[in-house]
Amino acid sequence: MKILVAVKRVIDYNVQIRVKEDGTGVVTDNVKMSTNPPDDNAIEEAVKIKEAGKATEVVAVTVGEEKAQETVRKALAVGADRGIHVKVDGILEPLAVSKILQKIVDKEKPDLVFMGKQAIDDDCNQTGQMLSALLNWPQATFASKIDVKENKLEVTREIDEGLETIEINVPAIVTCDLRLNEPRYASLPNIMKAKKKPIEEIAASDLGVDVSPRLEQLKVEEPPKRKAGIKVANVAELVQKLKNEAKVI
Amino acid sequence: MAVLLIAEHNNKELRPFTLNAATAASQIDSDVHAVIIGQNSEEAAKQLSELPVVKKVLSVEGAHYENFTAENFTPVIVKLAENYSHIVCSANTFGKNLMPRIAAHLDTSQVSDIIKVISPDTFLRPIYAGNAFATIKSNDAKKCVTIRPTSFDPCETTGGSAPIEKVDASEEFSNTQFIKREEIKSDRPELGTARIVVSGGRGMQSGDNFKLITEIADKLGAAIGASRAAVDAGYISNDHQVGQTGKVVVPDLYIAVGISGAIQHLAGMKESKVIVAINKDGEAPIFSVADYGLEADLFEALPQFMEELNKLNTIQK
Repeated sequence: MKILVAVKRVIDYNVQIRVKEDGTGVVTDNVKMSTNPPDDNAIEEAVKIKEAGKATEVVAVTVGEEKAQETVRKALAVGADRGIHVKVDGILEPLAVSKILQKIVDKEKPDLVFMGKQAIDDDCNQTGQMLSALLNWPQATFASKIDVKENKLEVTREIDEGLETIEINVPAIVTCDLRLNEPRYASLPNIMKAKKKPIEEIAASDLGVDVSPRLEQLKVEEPPKRKAGIKVANVAELVQKLKNEAKVI
Repeated sequence: MAVLLIAEHNNKELRPFTLNAATAASQIDSDVHAVIIGQNSEEAAKQLSELPVVKKVLSVEGAHYENFTAENFTPVIVKLAENYSHIVCSANTFGKNLMPRIAAHLDTSQVSDIIKVISPDTFLRPIYAGNAFATIKSNDAKKCVTIRPTSFDPCETTGGSAPIEKVDASEEFSNTQFIKREEIKSDRPELGTARIVVSGGRGMQSGDNFKLITEIADKLGAAIGASRAAVDAGYISNDHQVGQTGKVVVPDLYIAVGISGAIQHLAGMKESKVIVAINKDGEAPIFSVADYGLEADLFEALPQFMEELNKLNTIQK
């Protein structure tokens, strides 16, 4: 079985986001970038499945600007076998990314495609579901447990009401939740080894996909600030404030 | 053209966020039709027809709709979409799972998790875990929009009498099979709609210690929340998680206990009307959003809190 894992480069989850003064977006210059956190879980799961002898190859793919290749290199350092970088500049909507990934799936013919359930920059939560629609494959979103069986997967999904278990036939798409596993760190020897693993570069324009945006981002602004609160001295004061000042209990 | 609302239900009754999504749909266009897809969901369809904002109900019945699988729902909605300008549903796990599949079939760029309808083609939505708000204009002919339920009031539930029209079922998608759902049953209010939420974080130190929170929640008629750290540590199940990738809550009162206030957690609760933080680390970021901060050891503060509540003559429910 072959697993394709899609990874995205985003602002690191620990960075305090700053909105640009001209309202065109958020500051990304000189800001630490990392792999989208649940994409790390997707890579980890694929590598674990390979280590368990249930997959033969793990291919990491990213779609984005020149530097997005770092995320593929990181995936190679934690166990992916080879990488693909689809190069494209500018804002890409999930619909465009899923169309590009569809072309990569046509070419690579994986049995499974894994990715994070949501990117922490645009918070769209769309790409996996869109790709599975375009391919007419089953989708298991928000996965917190994956059991690989013969030509099928049993996947536990995190839903609002609790947990749901479904069985999907391969080929299939899985979007990964943060609790799926604990992503490993890359060791120094493996980082060195990853430098020798191949990354194929493909220009998005060669794939024949229209990636032009359908949405216009008219403005990006700071959310309204909360007014500063107070510190109370003890529990009695807290309860009194809640009862008589805030009137919420 | 009218707006098509996708109803969320459990085959017996509407799930509450359908009402919030209906409000958002009616702000896009006053002509709202609602589709309900399920098995033996007649009662829920009737509830839907009684919502005054809904002008027509489309009911689709089939055994393969019993478990709300997106792969089965999609073809029906895609076909109906011909007659609508917008497709709308909640941005909870139901809508998040379903809507992008529809949008891709319609070749439209979805607008996720909106918190405000500015005009029928322009919406406000949070990005970067709510650290920025983006105003987005959609230029697609058909618009797929998911709405953040807590940003819209629930619509009225009585007084409407929309006609219910039957729509033919689509074929089953056999490559996805439902196995089971483990719902956590609770007598407490639902986390997403509760008036008061009491949440615990890593500071709780164990699942057992959550009983300190449970006691207070029971006393206040509150729902119980948790930070991702507490869920990851196994103190409490995932359906309690508040945050960027968990639930977004906007209660009248949010009490954060032993929660440091990571950006990802703040994203799920910082719109709450009144926020209380109890934490022994006075520098914890949670205090920056708290209306009332108490710097204290939670293992001393929570029993005292319970004592103080017991002294009150009345407690709002």
